[in-house]
Amino acid sequence: MVEIEKGTSLLRKMEISVAEAEKRTGKNTVNMQEIYTVYLIETRPVDALTEGITPDSLWRRYSEFELLRNYLLVTYPFVVVAPLPEKRAEIVWHKLSADNMDPDFVERRRVGLENFLLRVASHPVLCNDNIFYIFLTEVRNHLLIFNLSVFFLQADSRLKAVNAAFRVKNPDGRFTELKHYSDELQTVLSQLLRVRARVADRLYGVYKVHGNYGRVFSEWSAIEKEMGDGLQSAGHHMDAYAASVDDILEEEEHYADQLKEYLFYTDALRAVCRKHELTQFELEMVALDLACKKQQKEELVTGTVRTFSLKGMTSKLFGQETAEQREAKLQVLEQQLEEGEEAVKEKNTESDEFVKTAWVDIERFKDQKDRDLKEALISYAVMQISMCKKGIQVWTNAKECFNKM
Amino acid sequence: MSRTIDDVVSPTQTNTIPADISGQMLDLDEDDDFEVFSKDSTLADGSMFNASMQTSPGSMVNQCKFEEDEDGDSKDIFITVDNPESHVTAIETFITYRVLTKTTRSEFDNSEYEVRRRYQDFHWLKGKLEEAHSTLIVHPLPEKFVVKGMVERFNGDFIETRRKALHKFLNRIADHPILSCSEDFKVFLSAQAWELTTYKKQGPGFLSRMGETVRAVANSVRGVKNRPEEFTAIQEYVEDFSNKISSLDKVTQRIVKEQKEYLEELKEYGPTYTLWSGSEEELAEQLKGVAGCIERCCQETEEQVGHLSDTLVPVLHEYVLCAETLKAVLRRRDNIQAEFEAKNEALATKKVDRDALKVEIDKLEDRVEWANNALKGDWVRWQRSMRGDLKSAFLSTAEKNVDYYEKCLAVWETFLLSQRTEPSEETDRDNTS
Repeated sequence: MVEIEKGTSLLRKMEISVAEAEKRTGKNTVNMQEIYTVYLIETRPVDALTEGITPDSLWRRYSEFELLRNYLLVTYPFVVVAPLPEKRAEIVWHKLSADNMDPDFVERRRVGLENFLLRVASHPVLCNDNIFYIFLTEVRNHLLIFNLSVFFLQADSRLKAVNAAFRVKNPDGRFTELKHYSDELQTVLSQLLRVRARVADRLYGVYKVHGNYGRVFSEWSAIEKEMGDGLQSAGHHMDAYAASVDDILEEEEHYADQLKEYLFYTDALRAVCRKHELTQFELEMVALDLACKKQQKEELVTGTVRTFSLKGMTSKLFGQETAEQREAKLQVLEQQLEEGEEAVKEKNTESDEFVKTAWVDIERFKDQKDRDLKEALISYAVMQISMCKKGIQVWTNAKECFNKM
Repeated sequence: MSRTIDDVVSPTQTNTIPADISGQMLDLDEDDDFEVFSKDSTLADGSMFNASMQTSPGSMVNQCKFEEDEDGDSKDIFITVDNPESHVTAIETFITYRVLTKTTRSEFDNSEYEVRRRYQDFHWLKGKLEEAHSTLIVHPLPEKFVVKGMVERFNGDFIETRRKALHKFLNRIADHPILSCSEDFKVFLSAQAWELTTYKKQGPGFLSRMGETVRAVANSVRGVKNRPEEFTAIQEYVEDFSNKISSLDKVTQRIVKEQKEYLEELKEYGPTYTLWSGSEEELAEQLKGVAGCIERCCQETEEQVGHLSDTLVPVLHEYVLCAETLKAVLRRRDNIQAEFEAKNEALATKKVDRDALKVEIDKLEDRVEWANNALKGDWVRWQRSMRGDLKSAFLSTAEKNVDYYEKCLAVWETFLLSQRTEPSEETDRDNTS
């Protein structure tokens, strides 16, 4: 399903899988009993000689994956971090699967979590992260992750609060475009998934009603002489036809999951854009501050007050400063100017670095997306072909039976 | 004025209720016609006529054999019902259909007839045929009213469905060896509108028809005492068949409904891929391709649903109506027997003119035997028709479904072919899941 870059150093060393899911009961944060699912992470060194050796394994629950992901988001803001599978089943074609405890849902989530780990492991930058490695292998150190993540989460949430307020003057055009694209993609994929679910629902109805033919043909065949055999066997084929839709739709669910992954990826894209805006904003703030200080110095040196300032007012009210006072002020300003220049240089570098590394990862992401979705669409066509072939077979068989009537 | 077998056999009786004999007689004026046909007076197996009838010159039924094979070769009446037209008068609006007949039968003056008939006329014809041949199975007419509520009488689809059913109705009669010889049938096909109106006014009056109905009700209340086993078997079969065919009718209509709803959703699905392609570069072509495939499948689905509605649904519906016809035929047969049984009992008990009663009873006994034979023969014939019709309808449906899937398959395979250029190597390499 996922085109994995087998080339990263981590994946060359180890095989990663999420092998199983189990239900556990325990006490939650408010000391109430709860049932939750845990997933078994298995890792095994890639080595022909170690075939058959039991893999290392540990159990983790969904919230721990969330912590890992948040940690990665904060630590590598220039990376488009792979999304997790849905916490709750939202866009489903059949109401039954909306339950978090439903085995089909749990199974699909298991696959999604494995996919997430493989995505991270195949990322050229993320695969080297130590915390990620610990997440995969060390049972004892999960507390370390927890603490780290809480710290970063708090840092990130402070930054997120700033997001709401600022406006960037000169954002990089490419990031603006990317933000628009991610919004469009989110809208269209949501719509597509919703319509697909409705189509699946209707298809289910069509196939299942044919099952009634099976029942009635069978009953009818009992009262007929010449037509009996033909009807009876035709009925069996109708039953087979009705039953075939379950497999067809299950396969399609995989396709839907592939699309969902990219739907959730749009959040990661937007996060990178926001980070760019933030760095850009900080750069602009720092540059603005420097400009202000330069202005103040000029005023101080020339003695002119070009702009209204409290200092100017107070000096008017309480008398001019002495030469020493002015000199002292100038000194301070000079110091601040130096620091300001440094800050601007730093922020510039930071911003440039960010843009450079982010854009590398965005290109990587775009290539990955095009490849994956191309494959997904091809596999969708393959599914449709398979469905048509099954249909041809069933109705050809039914036709033979009707011929015998 | 048409005369019944009763008039021939016992000319003393005047006000007789028309007996249930197969085939009305022609006016004896047209003796010429009889000569043409009388040479063919052998009767096939399952004969329903008793000896006395065979010699009656007025009986036209001689030449109408109950042949086992009814292939196209022996078909000598071809009827089409088409060209519905709306007529508006001060009182009402109604539809007439053109009925075109081509025939080589010599009892028809011409070889071709073109007349216009409205539903009422078909209904009249059916009534007359059932009256004259109460234990023969007359193919059903489409319903007089549609209970579904939303269907207008003058809606295009409704008219077309009705037209096809009327066409089938007439052709079934034309194919029937006995019914096709009916005078009423001939008049229906050949008379101009005013001639038909005049003709309709003839025949036993309202009062005599009333008498018949009263008798029938009285008999059915009394019930039949010694129904032959085979007719009980037929009745049981008809009961079961009626249930099954009704179920199939409902199931098929439900499938049509579900399929239509599926089509509605599918129509929205394709455009979403097109919308998406607007945001993409590398993927645009492919997404548009998928959208195109879905659109083509929509067209195929539309065709498939249409076929189902045109082919399977009407046939199943017809046989739902057939089941009701069969029940009525069985009831009428029972009534004939009940009447005979009642008179027979009266012979034993009542103090009446025994000789006259005996004559009547003999006649009734003949009538019962005749009715039974008619039904038995027609039953075989009906079963064969039913099998043929339903087999053909289901076959056609299965064929259409195969065709539908084959067409969709081609659509997606073409798309896949267009994609399998470079990506093929990558899929092979990474195909682990």
